[in-house]
Amino acid sequence: MINLKINGLPVMVEEGTTLLEAAKFLGFPIPTLCYMEGLSPYGACRLCVVEIGEGSKAKLVTSCTYLAEEGLQVRTASSRVVRARKMILELHLASCPQSKTIQDLAAAHDVRQQRFRQEYEDCILCGLCVRMCEEQMMAKAIGFRNRGQNRSIGTPFDIKSEQCRLCGGCIYVCPACQLRCTYNEPDKAICGACANLSPPCVEKEEFDDMMCYMDPCVACEITGKKNSEK
Amino acid sequence: MTTDEIPAIVERHLDDQGGLISILEEVQAKFGYLPADALTIVAETTKRPLVDIYGVATFYRAFSLTPRGEHLVSVCVGTACHVRGAPRVAAEFERQLDVKPGETTPDRKFTLETVNCLGACALGPVVVVDGHYFSHVNASKVREIIEKTREGLDKIEIKTDRRIFPVEVSCSRCNHSLMDPEHPIDGFPSVKITQSFGQQHGWLRLSSLYGSYNIEEEYKTPYDTVLHLFCPHCHTELIGGSDCPECGAQMVPLILRGGGTVQICPRRGCKGHILDVG
Ligand code: SF4
Ligand code: SF4
Ligand code: SF4
Ligand code: FES
Ligand code: FES
Repeated sequence: MINLKINGLPVMVEEGTTLLEAAKFLGFPIPTLCYMEGLSPYGACRLCVVEIGEGSKAKLVTSCTYLAEEGLQVRTASSRVVRARKMILELHLASCPQSKTIQDLAAAHDVRQQRFRQEYEDCILCGLCVRMCEEQMMAKAIGFRNRGQNRSIGTPFDIKSEQCRLCGGCIYVCPACQLRCTYNEPDKAICGACANLSPPCVEKEEFDDMMCYMDPCVACEITGKKNSEK
Repeated sequence: MTTDEIPAIVERHLDDQGGLISILEEVQAKFGYLPADALTIVAETTKRPLVDIYGVATFYRAFSLTPRGEHLVSVCVGTACHVRGAPRVAAEFERQLDVKPGETTPDRKFTLETVNCLGACALGPVVVVDGHYFSHVNASKVREIIEKTREGLDKIEIKTDRRIFPVEVSCSRCNHSLMDPEHPIDGFPSVKITQSFGQQHGWLRLSSLYGSYNIEEEYKTPYDTVLHLFCPHCHTELIGGSDCPECGAQMVPLILRGGGTVQICPRRGCKGHILDVG
């Protein structure tokens, strides 16, 4: 067992426990975006940062990937953490403002400005869909391709994958797809029903410029449409 | 080369760690690029998910999923070449060939790519066309390089050609010089080594001009045979290099006077070589 202190409170956890799990156990909230129970932690969104160590040695680490250490001092809401978290959310807003998940997180953390060049990415490369597909669906149909600026998610060669089980799991976990599907009026949702595989988006003739990241998309595959033709 | 040979390539690399990259390198050397079918077969034979293989193949710039042009122009934009004006050279190639780095001209003649350091910084800006090194390149030389390439790089007059420079090499075991001033090729002392193929042993003399492939040999060896090469002084076999980027045969390392190594491919007719100015 490992003893550490989170926000001054002592806690004893099993070896291999992450700081995020330890903080959850004590009830300290830490926002997350690319973390999901049941999937291996990936540390991509940086939203779950916490501060560890003392004085000049203090540093920020991602709590979802950092394992508890004996005698560690963790602060989940120090001013440095709060500042970093807001900045990270601002950056996420800059890249993917149409994500309902990101919007909600930004609102909850009192982020009131976005000072970077505005982009409209379809994907924040959080890797949730890839891990879902691999770890829960055992399919490995989609993955990361290319690198750097050109990094993207999809199937090999952008063609229908024979491994895909059409489970919809990838779309279900995607924080960027949600609003694309529900648009900005959830009650008039365009789809949001990806998971049950009959999304209304495919019934609509026009899909405007709401690009869907799933290429090929489960729904589109069923109707035989390609994203580019929508 | 058909995709039938791929399982054999995979077999050869199965037990070395990180074998996937070597497999893809060899497949690319065979086809000139990585065809979709080939990747699928690699996935099947390695029993790895296609998406992982596709991920690796698209991650590294050394791999190409589209056919490359007949000639590969690599412009070094590494730090040393950069400060000496490589970006202007790259821009000039882009303008004259009318393609972006990574692209191939519509007539499939040229593929342009930028690379980060070829290990010949002192000669920078460096441009490599089909394994031929051009040193101290500036924008005004670009047209000449393209024209020479169109004419055929192997036919060019050696004396007036600045991209070719003589090297002095020695045995990687006994460090004895392999240069033979008595028997010049291309006007420079040749490199003399012993070659053996089947029952025949005889001398082989190579041009010491880097970029020239002129050789003379005591016995004619058939094209495409992988030769065993020996040091004429200590008689040890010259082996232990990396795999040839062109054909995959194990290369022969030689020590460069002044530091570094040069590796040559022992396959008769193969022009694979690696220059590593340490
Ligand atoms: S729908 Fe296909 S790609 Fe998406 S998680 Fe399921 S198996 Fe993977
Ligand atoms: S598609 Fe969605 S879930 Fe997948 S990496 Fe991008 S944002 Fe994350
Ligand atoms: S195309 Fe697919 S992911 Fe996109 S909105 Fe429709 S069902 Fe959802
Ligand atoms: S939740 Fe930890 S980095 Fe995304
Ligand atoms: S930077 Fe161009 S060869 Fe090193």
